[in-house]
Amino acid sequence: MPDRRVLQSHAAPGAGGAENEGVFTGRVHRTRMDVLARYEPLVDDFEAFRAACERPLPSVVRVNTIKTTVERAREALDESGIGVEACWHDELLALPDAQPGRNWPYVHGWLHGQEEVSAVPAAVLDPAPGDRVWDACAAPGSKTTQLAALMDDRGTLVATDNNLGRISALRSNAERLGVTNVAITHEDARNHSLKPFAADGATEDVEYDAALVDVPCSCEGTVRKNPDTLDEWTLSHVEGIAGVQKGILRRAVQATRPGGTVVYSTCTFAPEENEAVLDHVLGEEPCEVVLLDLPLAHAPGVTEWDGESYDPAVANAKRIYPHHNDTGGFFCAKIEVTGA
Amino acid sequence: MTDGSAPSGDGAAGNRSHRFDRLPATTEDRRVPDRPTRTGVLEWWDERFGVDPSVFENHTFWERGSGKIWAFAGESPSPVDIEGLGVAFLRTRREHWKPTLEAVQRFGGHATRNVMALSRAEAAAFLAGEDQERDWDGDWGYLVVAHELAGEREPLGVGLYVHGELRSQVPKGRRRDFRED
Repeated sequence: MPDRRVLQSHAAPGAGGAENEGVFTGRVHRTRMDVLARYEPLVDDFEAFRAACERPLPSVVRVNTIKTTVERAREALDESGIGVEACWHDELLALPDAQPGRNWPYVHGWLHGQEEVSAVPAAVLDPAPGDRVWDACAAPGSKTTQLAALMDDRGTLVATDNNLGRISALRSNAERLGVTNVAITHEDARNHSLKPFAADGATEDVEYDAALVDVPCSCEGTVRKNPDTLDEWTLSHVEGIAGVQKGILRRAVQATRPGGTVVYSTCTFAPEENEAVLDHVLGEEPCEVVLLDLPLAHAPGVTEWDGESYDPAVANAKRIYPHHNDTGGFFCAKIEVTGA
Repeated sequence: MTDGSAPSGDGAAGNRSHRFDRLPATTEDRRVPDRPTRTGVLEWWDERFGVDPSVFENHTFWERGSGKIWAFAGESPSPVDIEGLGVAFLRTRREHWKPTLEAVQRFGGHATRNVMALSRAEAAAFLAGEDQERDWDGDWGYLVVAHELAGEREPLGVGLYVHGELRSQVPKGRRRDFRED
């Protein structure tokens, strides 16, 4: 299936005509599938996987339960003549024929555009009202605001990002959704400091009950939303970003109290950025990768890849492929901090 | 509770544009001249909109820059130099205090006075930034503007009522044009 957006982004100025488009179509598809072909040994039904990666995704919104209920949001969409379809989670609504941002409930901050799999990690972390939670790579805030809703907008949610432009988007989303329990910090998550939030006069740093580590990644799983996301793919980029991911996850485990929970997630398939990162941190920090419940079809984490073998516990992580549930691709692991 | 004049370190008390300072509880606790107090903020919401102070019992109020008040539900020492702390909530620099759209959407459902209810068509004009001539027997000044959504009155934003006119205060970035829908 030719993708118009890819064709447009690749068409050189002045290029035109059926012949040229055919050339570009072929090159783009080979490029995308060249990258994804490396995962053929991991994927159960590679043809279905390949076909799913080439289909666009429907618009999905999450209901913001800080400001309303799922019932009232559905009613407000119905009033506006917008049809919805159910998703894997009650609070997610697919809008097959509508732009998620052009309706009254959106204007009231009742809805937030968020892909179905993007709602997985906060639901897995499932913080309680009153908890102290860190979102290590927070902008633009879809998962941050979901965490705040799960906390009933109570407790303290520290949201960190290293990019001021993206922090501006995070602030805007948090304000539109009426989140009042978030404190936003600008720093490199690998060096996250607990100091700004130490209570007055406290001599010890205050650790977190839970942390979400939804790291920057090669984004292979977002290919349905951004068809050209794989055009710049290189193995050296994957390996480079994996080093950053290891640093952020280690810092999150260190900053979380023994008995606390850390969720690690990416929107990519590369084991270098997923199971290899878990394997590294299992070797360096006192923690375990534990089983998690997920009401979505998925595959277990892989324990062998490209001549490497990983700690068997990484099989407890979940791989969500696009053809499993007609979503984007995702990876999610639940980690318990065991203490020194 | 004290306000944000640092107990040690930088000394000079005052507003700093990138720092959040917790509001003092009362004028007796105040060390920065003219800084609003928690009591003053609670009284204003009660007097202007009939919002009971208990609505804010889980929130602390912070000033960042002169007269920009934020509401935060979490815990933090004061002062704190970070990028955000809850939601921007109230502007107190001018004679007439002005709530933010975010504060009105989040807390305006508790308001019992100075709430102007609009029809759907009037709400669309308001959201598009349009000023409208209206009769109004309530106070002049800043109002909670609401309309009915999913069977209940829902606060939409801040309006300024003067001289028979409701002036939309919806910030440019939050305006939408649903007038044709």
